[in-house]
Amino acid sequence: MTALDVQALKKEFPLLTRDRGDRPLVYLDSAASAQPPQAVLDAMDDYYVTTHANVHRGVYAIAEEATRRLEAARVKLGRFIGAPQPEREVIFTKNATEAINLVAYAWGRHNLRRGNVVVLSEIEHHANLVPWLMLKDELGIELRYIPLGRDFHLDLTDLDRLVAGARLVGVTAASNVLGTVVDLAPIVAAAHATGAVVLVDGAQLAPHRRVDVAAADIDFFALTGHKMLGPTGIGALWARAELLETMPPFLGGGEMISDVRLDGFLPNELPWKFEAGTPPIAEAIGLGAAVDYLEAVGLDAIGAHETALVGYALEKLTAAYDEIRVFGPAPDPVRRSGVISFAFDGVHPHDVAQVLDQSGICVRAGHHCAKPLMRVLGVAATTRASLYLYNDESDIDALVGGLATVRKLFSR
Amino acid sequence: MNELEDLYREIILDHYRSPRNRGELPVPPAHRVEGFNPLCGDEIVIFLDVRDGVLEDLKISGRGCSISQSSASMMSAAVKGLPVDEVHRLVRSFKSMMTIEGPPANAGAPDEPTVEPVDPATLGELGALQGVVKFPVRIKCATLAWNALTQGLDEIAVGSAGGA
Ligand SMILES: Cc1ncc(COP(=O)(O)O)c(C=O)c1O
Repeated sequence: MTALDVQALKKEFPLLTRDRGDRPLVYLDSAASAQPPQAVLDAMDDYYVTTHANVHRGVYAIAEEATRRLEAARVKLGRFIGAPQPEREVIFTKNATEAINLVAYAWGRHNLRRGNVVVLSEIEHHANLVPWLMLKDELGIELRYIPLGRDFHLDLTDLDRLVAGARLVGVTAASNVLGTVVDLAPIVAAAHATGAVVLVDGAQLAPHRRVDVAAADIDFFALTGHKMLGPTGIGALWARAELLETMPPFLGGGEMISDVRLDGFLPNELPWKFEAGTPPIAEAIGLGAAVDYLEAVGLDAIGAHETALVGYALEKLTAAYDEIRVFGPAPDPVRRSGVISFAFDGVHPHDVAQVLDQSGICVRAGHHCAKPLMRVLGVAATTRASLYLYNDESDIDALVGGLATVRKLFSR
Repeated sequence: MNELEDLYREIILDHYRSPRNRGELPVPPAHRVEGFNPLCGDEIVIFLDVRDGVLEDLKISGRGCSISQSSASMMSAAVKGLPVDEVHRLVRSFKSMMTIEGPPANAGAPDEPTVEPVDPATLGELGALQGVVKFPVRIKCATLAWNALTQGLDEIAVGSAGGA
């Protein structure tokens, strides 16, 4: 149905094609963590087998090669998201959460005072809420929230009033619960008009759609490796070099300094100023390989595939089950991702997921680290199926079939 | 399907659909205690009316999955009217059934006498929850109400000790 040859592609993902006897794996939880292809595992393996050494210090050959591979991964990742200066503006972190915390600490503590306004949205992941709530407690900043509209998109009607006088506007680019892809342009325009910087949580967008941080005219962009076919333990913050220059360091230690005396230190230059200690070298290299993989398949093809598949899924699910209520916008090539959250009338999400697991179907049940959004939706939890490039109609058909067991069990 | 039917016994689904002792009690004289399952956002509120060392009445509100709700409902039916020390004994038996292997991790703590393994048959309806043990993630659901109950009884004990 789309340009992707999913059958061939799936073969490159070891966990998805392992023989599991009579219980094949139907993996519908890529929004939580995607599966890495063999190429990513090979890149990390090859690093450890042929050239592992600590980076940036050794003058011997394998240490230089380790450094070269690490820095090559940084540049690859930077180009992937359209960074104007990939070698200076991409800071490796352990995940998106740490990237956002870096902004809250290094930029936030340096720039925010009591009463300053930070604007977030009601659909944020805890990763883009709690760091700011912590600053609220510490500094007395004021938090405001862009509300969710009835169409499951952010309601921008009151945007100008909301962001007036704000110092930072932080929004997710794509919701990990609703599948909403946020229209960033008006938010960025309003934020910049009032002098605020813009932080975008790209954890759910970078794996699925082409990102261009320069064209989007944003200031900070956070992503996480394990949702974009990479390993766990690696993520990144991109920020405009001018901003990074003015920010104090985040964590202190080795690697992030250019000089240390007993009475003081001089921070290193970008990007290492923000990378204290030995970085996750193999993981960064693995993420570089994931970026190569995504580029080779093509973000446009991935996006088109997911749009078609989410359309198929929504149609099948709602046609087969009156008791399903979907929390998310209608299919749309630009404004909707492959995340499907739903309520199954009369059955708690935990029970739905438990029953599906018996058929080897992996979906997530819970608040998805977005408790304020759950309150807005008026539920304690949802069941969430999320799609990626390696999913196809057979996975959706399995989900639809598995839900029949849920219905049978709970209506008996 | 067999494992599933072991988890979702008919009696469990019955308590889920028609929970016993649901509602609230006026506070005071009743004592109110909350329990949360941070994993899934489930929450439970228990209202306890303890008089002269007897759990005269209790009501339960909140929301959650079939396992947490039915466990709470069965618990309420089992403990209502019991002397508090018998309630504690039942809690220990139930939690012993809910451990994956051997006695609970906190067994042997000064205020937590070690319990012998419990024969689920002696627990009446509650024995139906035994199937949960095969699904370790769900044990937290099954014990949510019981932990809240223990906490509530402890708070009442401390309160009345302080008042004495
Ligand atoms: C929108 C969003 N932001 C941030 C995160 C945090 O990612 P990580 O846990 O890798 O830091 C997630 C992951 O669930 C997410 O979905």
